[in-house]
Amino acid sequence: MHVPDGFINAPVSAIAGVGAAAAIAVSLRGARRELDEKTAPLAGLVAAFIFAVQMLNFPVAAGTSGHLLGGALAAILVGPYTGVLCVSVVLLMQGILFADGGLTALGVNITDMAIVTTVVAYTVFRGLVKVLPRRRSSITAATFVAALLSVPAAALAFTAIYAAGGTTDVPLGKVLTAMVGVHILIGIGEAAITALTVGAVIAVRPDLVHGARGLHAPLKLRVGGELVDAPAPEPVPAAARSTHKVRATFIVAALLLAGFFSFYASASPDGLEKVAHDKGIDTQEKKHATEDSPLAGYSVKDIGNDRVATGLAGMIGVAVTVGVGSGIFWAVRRRKGSAADATPTAVPQTEKV
Amino acid sequence: MGAGHAHKLYRQAASPVHDLPPHCKIAAVFLFVIVVVSTPREAVWAFGLYAVLIAVVAGAARIPAGFLLKRLLIEVPFVAFAVLMPFVVPGDQVHVLGLALSKNGLWGAWNVLAKGTLGVAASVILASTTDLRALLLGLQRLKLPSLLVQIASFMIRYGDVITDEMRRMSIARRSRGFEAKGLKAWSVLAKSAGALFIRSYERGERVHLAMVSRGYAGSMPVIDDVTATGAQWRYAAVLPASALVICLLGWTL
Repeated sequence: MHVPDGFINAPVSAIAGVGAAAAIAVSLRGARRELDEKTAPLAGLVAAFIFAVQMLNFPVAAGTSGHLLGGALAAILVGPYTGVLCVSVVLLMQGILFADGGLTALGVNITDMAIVTTVVAYTVFRGLVKVLPRRRSSITAATFVAALLSVPAAALAFTAIYAAGGTTDVPLGKVLTAMVGVHILIGIGEAAITALTVGAVIAVRPDLVHGARGLHAPLKLRVGGELVDAPAPEPVPAAARSTHKVRATFIVAALLLAGFFSFYASASPDGLEKVAHDKGIDTQEKKHATEDSPLAGYSVKDIGNDRVATGLAGMIGVAVTVGVGSGIFWAVRRRKGSAADATPTAVPQTEKV
Repeated sequence: MGAGHAHKLYRQAASPVHDLPPHCKIAAVFLFVIVVVSTPREAVWAFGLYAVLIAVVAGAARIPAGFLLKRLLIEVPFVAFAVLMPFVVPGDQVHVLGLALSKNGLWGAWNVLAKGTLGVAASVILASTTDLRALLLGLQRLKLPSLLVQIASFMIRYGDVITDEMRRMSIARRSRGFEAKGLKAWSVLAKSAGALFIRSYERGERVHLAMVSRGYAGSMPVIDDVTATGAQWRYAAVLPASALVICLLGWTL
């Protein structure tokens, strides 16, 4: 899915680049808080891991094989900020060294593969972990769903960027159905592998899994003398954490819904369209006939207005999601930081959003 | 870690392009690609001239054509996409050899192919004339956040180590009779990936401790700071500047 140069026009690439740079700046701050001075070596090694694991081939069927994309895996293993950084660095190095993905398309690639995947995966994951019972199996299940959704979400983000600044005139509906259709399949594989991998890490070193930190907190029972000692440290970070975490999670979830899933919802008839299209595939007229009807939003004939309209909607969706979402993350974290300074009992390093 | 990093990407040679400071080269390549992307697709001759420019730079850098062409293969997936384009884009049809192709689709395919190929070629020249460490130093000189450059440098330094670790695990699996076939293999492979993560993370912790014990305080010391003279900047600017002239001609003609 590495977008080459010339696929997305210059202005939209520039906007995506600015958005990606802002998100990376936010992630740099966040990662420093997640890992403090260990950030560089640890994030670097995790990036190397993501890079290596992308080369690990998983056999699918009949000689074909697939590999991990790694956004969801990174988010759940090392946290969203570090995850964004790791995947972005992998993409940056792939772009500069291996010419995989264009240099001008770097912003587009980082936005959809590093930021959208990671943020969607982590948001879904956190939401599910809150709801599900505190067990290892629920971490695995949440990982599965998070990874499953993160890949088509990236495809949606790509389609939105394409709608805003695609240089080719492939009808949007087709791009959307092709991208989302293919990426739902890829997402299933990604989900299975990510869930299995996270499960394998949890089985050995649950303390390393960022997403499972809430899980092992109650397990830290010091049964040396009495049980009273154990619950005492536990509620403090939990209470300090929960409100901000829930708030941030919901705000981000709402933004994501507005940005991506509304787009998806309005475009979902295209699934039907695809069926119709498949049925009457030989005649061009049939295609147009179906596209003329209720799905006018993604109609092809008058590319001008519709594409601009959809493009703007998509662009605003992406901008709002990336910009405001990360801005709120940042604001919440800052407030959190000052609150932690004010109250001496709170431990600033332990909070995670 | 000694020599293992750069192998396939960097081509050791003595050439004026190799001698340029890395940040000049990165900036030049980046500007060149921007100019190429903003050229109108109808100006076919402009892309021909860009290709000539790339060929001249590759010649100056003593990069053999075969090497460059081989590295261009990374683009193949998008070529496949571009080939599909004339068939799926609606609009005016042109009949070639009995196939109905759309004009818009052909233009689109040409656009993606030409710009993508030129972009890849420029990146390949950059990567094959600049060794990895210099590249990272160049990124730092271009004011990329130092933390990001550090992460990238750790990724590059340990990329081969981790990949080798993965290869050793694969050898261990195979020597125990494992064959990656079908979905049943997934759980084994995912466990390997999990183990690889734990090993990488723990290695990161060890690396951090080793760095701290050597006086690391959040930033890496810059031992060989590269500076560029005005002449070097001007020399590097030849590529994007001539591309810009071509681009402007492409818009006006």
